[in-house]
Amino acid sequence: MIARLAEGATRRSLWLLGAVVAVLVIAPFVVNDYLLTVMIVALYLAYTGQAWNIMMGFAGQLSLGNAIYAGLGAYVAAVLFTRYGVAPWLGFLAAIPVAAGCAAIIGFLAFRFGVAGVYFAILTIAFAEFARVGFDHLDFVHASAGLFLPVAQYTHDDLWRLRGNPTMFYYVMLAATAVAFVLSRALLKSRIGYFWLAIREDEQAARATGINTFRYKMYALMISAAVTSFAGVFYAFFYNNLFPEQVFNITQSIEMILGPIIGGVGTLFGPVLGAFVLTGMAESVTSIMAALGFDLPGAKQVFYGICLLLVVVALPEGIWPPLARRLGIDKGKR
Amino acid sequence: MTALLSLTRLSKRFRGLVAVDGVSFAVPEGAIFAVIGPNGAGKTTLFNMIAGAIPPDSGTVSFAGEDITGLAPDVVCRRGIARTFQLVRPFPALSVEDNVIVGALLRRHDVGAARVRAHELLLRFDLFDRRHYPASSLTLPDRKRLEVMRALATEPKLLLLDEVVAGLRPTEVDRLVGVLRELNRDSGLTILLIEHVMRAVMALASRVLVLDHGVAIAEGEPREVVRDPAVVQSYLGQSEINVRVV
Repeated sequence: MIARLAEGATRRSLWLLGAVVAVLVIAPFVVNDYLLTVMIVALYLAYTGQAWNIMMGFAGQLSLGNAIYAGLGAYVAAVLFTRYGVAPWLGFLAAIPVAAGCAAIIGFLAFRFGVAGVYFAILTIAFAEFARVGFDHLDFVHASAGLFLPVAQYTHDDLWRLRGNPTMFYYVMLAATAVAFVLSRALLKSRIGYFWLAIREDEQAARATGINTFRYKMYALMISAAVTSFAGVFYAFFYNNLFPEQVFNITQSIEMILGPIIGGVGTLFGPVLGAFVLTGMAESVTSIMAALGFDLPGAKQVFYGICLLLVVVALPEGIWPPLARRLGIDKGKR
Repeated sequence: MTALLSLTRLSKRFRGLVAVDGVSFAVPEGAIFAVIGPNGAGKTTLFNMIAGAIPPDSGTVSFAGEDITGLAPDVVCRRGIARTFQLVRPFPALSVEDNVIVGALLRRHDVGAARVRAHELLLRFDLFDRRHYPASSLTLPDRKRLEVMRALATEPKLLLLDEVVAGLRPTEVDRLVGVLRELNRDSGLTILLIEHVMRAVMALASRVLVLDHGVAIAEGEPREVVRDPAVVQSYLGQSEINVRVV
């Protein structure tokens, strides 16, 4: 199984991957609480970025509303936990069909009626906004007042109920990111991955090659949504509060896609690398500004904008593809 | 011989323009059938209707005894009709090998098995050495061959080739013609081609249909058809010149 997963990978890329994993596993023992929180945010964005990458990077469907899937995951798990005492992992199982079902509705409406490209992107924004406004008025989840999870001082980490210290949350997100990475690779190297790439490259030619493009685009959306929904579950239990205004906000959707765009859309390492580079630099900028005595709200967003501009102009493929060539782990294939 | 593909009074109009006007013909199983005609004669429209890219206004397309009129292009391909595009469209960012693998995966679920099939085709079409290059880096003749390979990888009973040798040098034309003849002879593949290059038509086709302004004006053996006065008239003498080259 492990040999199968590593099939086709170069020795160098496996070494690199091993080194990265080792550093990430050891990190909580060395870094302080603040840095640990930053790394959790980076892993969160690496995870959601990989989920978005399945939809956009592999299948070529641009979603600017992936926050809806995280938000649904967060609310499903949080409601089940606060009202019925259901553990978040079971809540995640319940969130999967909700998020995937929502993606299926969006996909059906778009693909049945030939909505593609930027129009598809607008549709995804619209749905995320519907959700934001809808949940803002849904008394069952306390509407705009927000949904709160009970917080207490924990003497030990309860992994099953996701109650505990940041270190536990760090390892949960690290494991999730690793799972998303392995899943992405397995998908990309399988039949479905080839069909997605064909659709991304030329949908008409893909159809002429016998691919049921409607079906495979639906799969991409539903898988991406299901994966994203876990990020929402994590969000709810890590922050312990949920406001529709925050979780369904378009800035959430945008933050999810910045990592892959900066790291390299359609690549496996890109979303992870991009998330860490972006989060690391954004936090550095914030710290430096604070140290210099500036307090500028929105500085991070401006910084994101600058990063995006630089990458689009200087490295349209993202950071990873040129870096991979330099490291000599790119076989010139994908 | 039974007809693998038959068209019955197939018509398509775009606004006021009648692109294809009541065209009927039958392609026997195992044949190489060519559709020729001047630019704008409706050849590509005819192809698009067979492949399901555009629905006909009237008439029927039947394939292997079943009515396939108006089916979606992917369904048509799964039934056993594969096509190439006049303006080539391989998947540009994918490697040459991966392009063919996509086609081979239609009838196979295992990527390894699809790769084996892709390698057979790559060797046959002399593109094996370039299999790791992105498709976008290939020259036009190579991209055309790649499209033929991708279509063949879907294991069609009928291959539709839309001007597949146009723009190639004579030696390249002969090479591709050779491979297509071999495929037809060895595996009984039926081929329907649209072609301007008479060199290829004369060398390949067992039967030719001439289309002019959407109407079929002649059908028969290649050598008879090019001498047909109506055909010569429609080409304004062009075909005579081209035929002499052969």
